[in-house]
Amino acid sequence: MAYPADYKYTKEHEWLKIDGSTGSVGITDYAQNSLGDIVFVELPKVGTEITAGKTFGSVESVKAVSDLFAPVSGTVSEVNEALNTAPEQVNKDANTTWMIKLKLKDAGEAGQLLSAADYEKFIAEEGAH
Amino acid sequence: MGAKMVDFNGWDMPVEYPSVGGLMKEHIAVRTSVGVFDVSHMGDIRISGPQALEAVQHITMNDAAGMGIGQCRYSAMLYPEGTFVDDVIVHRLGEEDYMLVINAGTREKDVSWVTDNTRQFNCKVENLSDNYTQIAIQGPKGVDTLQKLTDADLSKVKFYWFTHGTVCGLKSILIARTGYTAEDGFEIYVPTDEETSARVWNEVLAAGKEFGIIPCGLGARNTLRLEGKLPLYGHEISDSINVWEAGLERFLKMEKGEFLGRDALQRAQENGIKRTLVGLESIDRGIPRDGYQVMDLDCKEIGYVTSGSYAPFLKKNIALAYVPIEQSEIGHELNVQCRSTPVKCKVVPTPFYKRPKKQA
Repeated sequence: MAYPADYKYTKEHEWLKIDGSTGSVGITDYAQNSLGDIVFVELPKVGTEITAGKTFGSVESVKAVSDLFAPVSGTVSEVNEALNTAPEQVNKDANTTWMIKLKLKDAGEAGQLLSAADYEKFIAEEGAH
Repeated sequence: MGAKMVDFNGWDMPVEYPSVGGLMKEHIAVRTSVGVFDVSHMGDIRISGPQALEAVQHITMNDAAGMGIGQCRYSAMLYPEGTFVDDVIVHRLGEEDYMLVINAGTREKDVSWVTDNTRQFNCKVENLSDNYTQIAIQGPKGVDTLQKLTDADLSKVKFYWFTHGTVCGLKSILIARTGYTAEDGFEIYVPTDEETSARVWNEVLAAGKEFGIIPCGLGARNTLRLEGKLPLYGHEISDSINVWEAGLERFLKMEKGEFLGRDALQRAQENGIKRTLVGLESIDRGIPRDGYQVMDLDCKEIGYVTSGSYAPFLKKNIALAYVPIEQSEIGHELNVQCRSTPVKCKVVPTPFYKRPKKQA
């Protein structure tokens, strides 16, 4: 499964797509596959300040709850409300199913994230355990 | 088989099989056709001899007298305090011959408990747990699947009875119409060597192929039993919960005479039961999970969730929880603290799911 080259990635399996001063955040295909069928997504309200590396919500499969970690800091500008009633969309297409959009505090923070190639290497090593 | 494995009380167990679609698909398969589980981690204790019945009566709460040979009864072993050592299914194998099927996590404890508490009876206690591979074939098509592999006439085996027959060419295999899924189905006990176990497993999958059989793991096992309100040791029953609180009094026969835990239960009943196990369904968005706090609508803590999950067949979020008797009425609203959010839930009748009666 190819990970979009224009995204940035975290070790907690979130992706970030930057469009100027706005970022979209979702979870990777590896994450949705590990979780199994997703039945619940908990996201922050518009206007919430989120901080890089801190949790901003959670995603639940039948058997597990997983925290979502912010790849960068910013203010939530949009929330994907469709996930309230159709959380399984994340399983269907993790790469294009965004969860929140945020006004970035500092676009430079993205430089600390993994590239697609680094992320693929990272998960290959994780899978080997 | 590409299973996702996990450590369950020291056992390497499959949680789900992603190659067949995972937990949700496995759960639905058992409700609508058939699924197969490897449950060899469960334990088996045999009690035999002239006073086998007396021994079984002493250590279990249900009445084993009057059980026919070939019959099973759900029961439990209790501490003198009236709380649970473990739940068991008692099988009457013969005139003076009983088998207790027990939980994996409590195997060693149960074997010691049975041995220590039956010394005064003229009987033999054997730990047969490692002698059997136990395979559960569960779902409306379970009987059709297994019938293809055995000469035993399964239509003659009533629910919670067992027989012996040839299965996959193996003679004298125990075939019990029992399970932990709230569906019809069977559990078979085959010799434990790897070659035989693997062969039987594969033959079951082949026999069930026309019905859409899939292998099922512990994840689906848990969601299936939760929908049916079947207790899990360490959750709904434990060494700090008594039989009245757990709502299992229909398996408790105080009138049978003396047994371990009887006096404490008598006293507890006279003193009044303070808390009870209820079924909850979420009203707000959120999934009430194991260990989450239960609160009243003023957010005062009143109890806790023993087991909770999204229910794949019912498509609701359900939970079992201990609450004070005064807050256990059907329709009563409570909150469950789901991490940072109180989620409103209501008390609902249980079991959440009951399998449909077979059409004549």
